[in-house]
Amino acid sequence: MKATAEYDITGAPSRAPVYELTNVSKTYARNDVVALQDVSLTLKKGSFTAVIGSSGCGKSTLLKIMAGLIPPSKGRVILQNKAVTGPRRDIGMMFQQATLFPWKTAVENIVLPIEIRDGKAAAKLAMAKAHELLDVVGLKGFESVYPNELSGGMAQRTSICRMLITEPAVLLLDEPFSALDELSRDMMNMELQRICADQGATAFLVTHSIQEAVILSDEVVVMKPRPGRIAEVVEVDLVRPRTLDMMTTPKFGEIVDYIRGQLDKGEEM
Amino acid sequence: MTEAATNLNATGEQIPEDSVWVQEVAFIDSVPRSIAMIFVFMVFIGTWQLVTGLGLVSPIILPKPWETLEDMIFVGQNLMTGGYMLGALWITIKEVIYGFALAIAIGFSLGVLVGETAFGEKAVMPYLVAIDTMPKVAFAPLFVAWLGFGIESKVALAAFIATFPIVVGTAAGLHAADENARMLFKTMGATRIQTLVKMKLPIALPQIFTGLKIGAVGVMAGAITGEFLGGGKGFGELIRVAASQLNTPRVFSLILYLSLVGLALYLIVQWVQRRVVFWQKETVGAYDA
Repeated sequence: MKATAEYDITGAPSRAPVYELTNVSKTYARNDVVALQDVSLTLKKGSFTAVIGSSGCGKSTLLKIMAGLIPPSKGRVILQNKAVTGPRRDIGMMFQQATLFPWKTAVENIVLPIEIRDGKAAAKLAMAKAHELLDVVGLKGFESVYPNELSGGMAQRTSICRMLITEPAVLLLDEPFSALDELSRDMMNMELQRICADQGATAFLVTHSIQEAVILSDEVVVMKPRPGRIAEVVEVDLVRPRTLDMMTTPKFGEIVDYIRGQLDKGEEM
Repeated sequence: MTEAATNLNATGEQIPEDSVWVQEVAFIDSVPRSIAMIFVFMVFIGTWQLVTGLGLVSPIILPKPWETLEDMIFVGQNLMTGGYMLGALWITIKEVIYGFALAIAIGFSLGVLVGETAFGEKAVMPYLVAIDTMPKVAFAPLFVAWLGFGIESKVALAAFIATFPIVVGTAAGLHAADENARMLFKTMGATRIQTLVKMKLPIALPQIFTGLKIGAVGVMAGAITGEFLGGGKGFGELIRVAASQLNTPRVFSLILYLSLVGLALYLIVQWVQRRVVFWQKETVGAYDA
C-alpha cells in the first residue's frame, strides 16, 4: 500500500486496474426491479472514483455488490485478479454513521476487523498499528477513549482507521461524512484525500454532493435510475493535492455544472 | 427584582422596572428532590393520622401510624434476633432467588431463540405471546398440583411470571442492532456466532436489563402469590395468617419488610447493569432514580 511512486508528476494515478466490473446487472427477484443494468467500471490503483446519482439509481446496490455483500445477477466482479464471491479482507468499507461500538475503546474498535478474522491474539498484535493509524488521522492520545466521548468527526476518523487496519486494496465509502456538519465535512474530505494519498489507497465514494464528488475524485461516475446504469464517466483533471480553495475556481464550477446537467437529463426521462 | 443597580443600560441610565424581562424559576425547580419526597411522605402520614385519629376508619381496617411503627419495630427485632420470621423470610428469599435464576436462564435462552432465529420468531413467538397474555397467577393451583406445597411450586410460579419480560427484552434487544452494524460485521466476514456474541448481544444488553428489572419485580409477586395460594412456611404465609387474624399493623409491617427484599433485588440488578453496561447513559425515570 506504500504507493507514492505510483503517482506521476501531476499527482494523477498510474494505470494498473485494481477493481474491475464487467456488465454487472442486478435484478431483485422479489419485485422484478432492475436495480443495475450492464454496469462496467474499472478502478485504477491509487485512483479516487466517486459515484453520484439520484436515489434509486442503484448506487447502494452497486456498492453492496462491490463489497461482496450481495451477488450480482449477471456479470464479472474482479478485485486484484480474483473474483469477488463474498466479503474479503482486501475490501475496506465505511458508512454514513461511524458505527463504533460503545463498549470498546477507540483502538479496540479499530482492531475489531482483525479480532473477527484472526482472533483476539492477532488483534492484540495489531494494537501498535492501530496506534499509528490514530496518529495518521490526528487522534493521537485518544487510544483509550470510548466512542461516546468522541465528536462526530473524531468518530468518523476512528472508523477510517478501522477500515485501514486490514490494509485493504480498495476503500468503499458510503456517504462517509454526510452526517457531519458542513465545516467538518469539508475538513474531513481534505483529510480523506491526504490519507488516501499517504496510503496509496484506491477509493470508491458514493455521495449525494456533486461538489464533494468533484473535489475528491479523478473520475465521477454519473448514474441514472430505472434501470440503474452508468450515464457517463466524467474525468476531473484538477491538480493534486486538491484544496478547498479550488471549489471557487471557474474550472471547478464548470465540472460541477456539467455533472449537474447530466443528472438533470436523467431526471427528465 | 431587587438588584436595581444591575438594571442599567449601556449609558448607565436606569432601565424602568417594568421593561426588564426576568426569567422566572418555577418553585418546584428550586426544591431538592429529597425535600419534595419528604413533603409527600409527611402529607401521607398526616392524612393517615388524621383519618385514624378522628375515628373515621375502623382500627381493624386501618391502624394508626404509631401502632404500625411499633409493630414494624417488633418485626424488625424478631428478624434481627433470628426469630421465626427470619426463617420465613429466608424461605421467601430462596424462592425469589431460585425463581429469578430460573427465569433468567429460560428467559434468556428463549429470547435468543426468538430474537435470533427465523424459526423461533415464526414458530415459537406466537405461543409466547399467547401465554404472556394469560393471567399467569391463574396457573398457581396447577403448579401446586404438579409440584406440591413445598417451595418448588412457588419457585415455578415466580419464574413463570418473571420469564416473559426477560424473553421480550432479549428478543427486542437482539433486533436493536442497526443496518450499518450488521453490514459492517458482514464486510468483516463475521460468522453468525461472532455477530451474535460480539455485536448483537452487547447492543441488546440495555434492553435485556430492562427485562431483568421488570422480571425482578414480577418474581417477588410470583413468590408471594404462590405462598398465598399454596401455603408453605414463607413470608406470604405470615401475611395471610396476620390478615386472617385481623392483625392489620402486622400485615403492614410484613409488607414493608418484604418490599425491602424486592427493592434490594432490584438494586442488585441495577448495580450489575451499571457495571456491565457501563456505556449506557443514566436514565432518570420511575425505575432509574
